[in-house]
Amino acid sequence: MTPVAEMVGSHRIVQGNGIVQPLGSAESSPEEEHRLRRRIMERALDALSTPVDKPTVFRPS
Amino acid sequence: MTRVVLYLNQFFGQIGGEDMAGVPPRFTSEVLGPGRALAGLLAEGEELAGTIICGDNYFSDQPEKAAAECLGHVRLAAPDIFLAGPAFNAGRYGVACGALCKCVLAELGVPAVTAMFEENPGVDLFHREVLILHTGQNAATMRETLARMLRLARKLRAGEPLGKPRDESYFPRGYVVGELAEKPAAERAVDMLLAKLAGQPFETEVPLPAFDPPQAPEPLKDMAHAKVALVTDGGLVPAGNPDGIEVSAATKFAAYSVVGLERLEPANYDVSHGGYDNRYVKQDPHRLVPLDVARELEREGRIGQVYDQFLTTTGLSNPVNNSRRLGRGMAEHLKAAGVDAVILTST
Repeated sequence: MTPVAEMVGSHRIVQGNGIVQPLGSAESSPEEEHRLRRRIMERALDALSTPVDKPTVFRPS
Repeated sequence: MTRVVLYLNQFFGQIGGEDMAGVPPRFTSEVLGPGRALAGLLAEGEELAGTIICGDNYFSDQPEKAAAECLGHVRLAAPDIFLAGPAFNAGRYGVACGALCKCVLAELGVPAVTAMFEENPGVDLFHREVLILHTGQNAATMRETLARMLRLARKLRAGEPLGKPRDESYFPRGYVVGELAEKPAAERAVDMLLAKLAGQPFETEVPLPAFDPPQAPEPLKDMAHAKVALVTDGGLVPAGNPDGIEVSAATKFAAYSVVGLERLEPANYDVSHGGYDNRYVKQDPHRLVPLDVARELEREGRIGQVYDQFLTTTGLSNPVNNSRRLGRGMAEHLKAAGVDAVILTST
């Protein structure tokens, strides 16, 4: 869904893991799923502290 | 006689500038300002029956009262045609013109037309109900604009069908009008695709809404002391959905406490959203509202604190205007709570 966020002009966009579970991964082990969620949240903190002047997508590292 | 009545603000009505923007509505039979140009455009059998003038601040400070008072003057002037503005890029004036045209149309059933620049907030607020003609940003095209307003109003009065927005130069009201096309949709779509591939001009039949994004917020300087809120449009609600957040196109948002919570227990939550397969989020709400990780980051000092409530609504099929209203409401709530940053998770 990141193209929609870009189109409407959200400035700091972090790519999640999919529409039905943006911060989850039901098919992974609980530990892996937790790590994934942590990575996405850390990326969100990166995004919040990065200057941007147009809609910018931050992909999980 | 076709009676034309005009609405002007204090500036165009020659009462004064910003210092006179608080004047209440008044009626005058004197022909002044744009009224002179308008009078020159009238055909035989048409007359400028009067002008209502109101200060921009008077109108915008109390729009309902001002509209009612203006409407009283309009009613007494017994118009056959009502014209407001043009307002060009004057925001308060544009909103007043739109509001008054809407009232005149609804209350008196009289054709009402206004005109303004596309970025005037009056366009956004009233283009669905009111015929608003395009103008440039400033009054250079006054006479030409008045001529177009008059032409359109005459058509309305005569009950003639209106042309398409782009042919008549008014802002689309969002109506879908049936018409017989020469080619079926599939052929038109292929024609468009071929034109696009060949770099030729083509015109979409389904224009996407245009957005006017706000300026990017400054980056957060001090994450370690920031109050961070979790917000979602994925419809996470407490079990039983106590506030009745709708499963689609929600009309409201709600805020639910996370005070003292380390985790969101699945048994305590539900999802009110008809647009995605909810079972993964129901199994573990953190897949949508990541309170568990947010608490970790809080404990580690990466962020100052997690805001005491998470905000939630349902974005599914939500009209842009309603979404804007909800977004504004959420922003006001979060601002009042001293929140520094928001992580909004979307399905």
